[in-house]
Amino acid sequence: MKKILLLIFICQVFLTVHSQVYLTRTGFIGFYSKTPFEDIRAENNQVYAAIDTRNKDIAFVLLMKGFVFTKELMQEHFNENYAETDKFPKANFIGKFSGNADFSKDGVYPVTVNGNLTIHGISHNIQIPATLQMKAGKLTGHAQFYIKPEEFNIRIPSIVRNKIEEKMNIIVDISCTPK
Amino acid sequence: MNISKIFLFIFLFSICKNLQAQDTTFLSMLNDSVAAHAKTTYVTGTFKGNHIVNMQTVESPAKGAMYFLIMHRFGALNSGAYNLFGLDNATLRLGFDYGITDLLSVGVGRTSLDKAFDGYIKYKFLRQTDGSNKNPVTADLLLGISNYTQRYPDKPYLDASYRTVYNAQLLVARKFNKFSLQIVPTFLHYNLVPTAQDANNIFALGLGGRIKLTNRMSITSEYTYLPPNQVVSMTVYNSLSFAWEIETGGHVFQLVFSNSQGMTEPYYITRTNGSWANGDIYFGFNISRNFNITKHAKLK
Repeated sequence: MKKILLLIFICQVFLTVHSQVYLTRTGFIGFYSKTPFEDIRAENNQVYAAIDTRNKDIAFVLLMKGFVFTKELMQEHFNENYAETDKFPKANFIGKFSGNADFSKDGVYPVTVNGNLTIHGISHNIQIPATLQMKAGKLTGHAQFYIKPEEFNIRIPSIVRNKIEEKMNIIVDISCTPK
Repeated sequence: MNISKIFLFIFLFSICKNLQAQDTTFLSMLNDSVAAHAKTTYVTGTFKGNHIVNMQTVESPAKGAMYFLIMHRFGALNSGAYNLFGLDNATLRLGFDYGITDLLSVGVGRTSLDKAFDGYIKYKFLRQTDGSNKNPVTADLLLGISNYTQRYPDKPYLDASYRTVYNAQLLVARKFNKFSLQIVPTFLHYNLVPTAQDANNIFALGLGGRIKLTNRMSITSEYTYLPPNQVVSMTVYNSLSFAWEIETGGHVFQLVFSNSQGMTEPYYITRTNGSWANGDIYFGFNISRNFNITKHAKLK
């Protein structure tokens, strides 16, 4: 009895240490808008992401000020007028993914990610398709989806409305290594 | 048996802990990581544009960006109905400001008053840091030169050197959330002054500020204190100006009320001949338009 318990306990400790969590601090998230008047391209290469392959948890955190625009003035307007990054410095996502995936083997697995996206202090539940790929011990993730700035209470004045697309095209690319 | 109970307890406890260690802790783990790896970031948007009203701000065009600035002042409001309260007369300055780097900028301009040309170079040597108080302020050094070309046939001795004024300013500003404040110690050198009693070297202290009303609208104001006994051969006043500032896309638009008709440093600091008390108020506007001359090289 004692020995069995000790064995389970050691297994438990072992599992905790190796709780299949994959992490990155250099993930990529970009958002894009294309209109005849203005192209917007903003990219953030300092996205923090964590994927727990056992519990199927997935989380993202990024600093809004980390978005770099092609035009400096756009970046200032984004920080000052739209995303109000002094007031809301971070955006985050916490959720779960579902789908058949065997991360003990290399392969590409299509999954569905479902969770809460918080931007500009507003949270919305989103469900998006994504792919996870296991390759040589590295777990990479890719997703592409659209969000409306207005849903996150980011107001766009009518005078510039035709310069910004209704929906922002979001691209996510992360490459995580075991914790 | 006792020992196995302890093990059982630890085992159950560790399972509980493991179950707990999801969702919110998962996110807070990432948040902790963000906090642990936080880099120094700098405050942006201390002011919307390059000018509070007449006074330059610590802001400058980004690398490769150019501002085209039109500054316009009508005549004094108290000049009567005959002059349509100043609307018959106008003074104009056209200026270009260009960012060589994000920290170094240059500008040129011409004012119709005295047909004066001006040029400046501005370097931002300190940037206010975000969050931490490592650098509490943003600070720029501004060096300018002004030369008027108004012809005076009766004064043939007025050569280019006599018509030149230099100015040096230290611009120190801090952004407090919706409020920004700037202090500007100023030094001016006139190559030629009207009388021997007037000082060639003039010191002044400027104070400017901005209050954001909404994200795209603010009120700005500036005051420049000119200590007495420096300009004595003419009656001059301290410059006091207000502007209502509206930003739309790449434009910054300011509606201006000032007792200064001149718009560059030598004029508004040492040649303000209007007084608010007498109603010598010059109404006008500043319009700034941003152009991106070169593609910003930040993205590959």
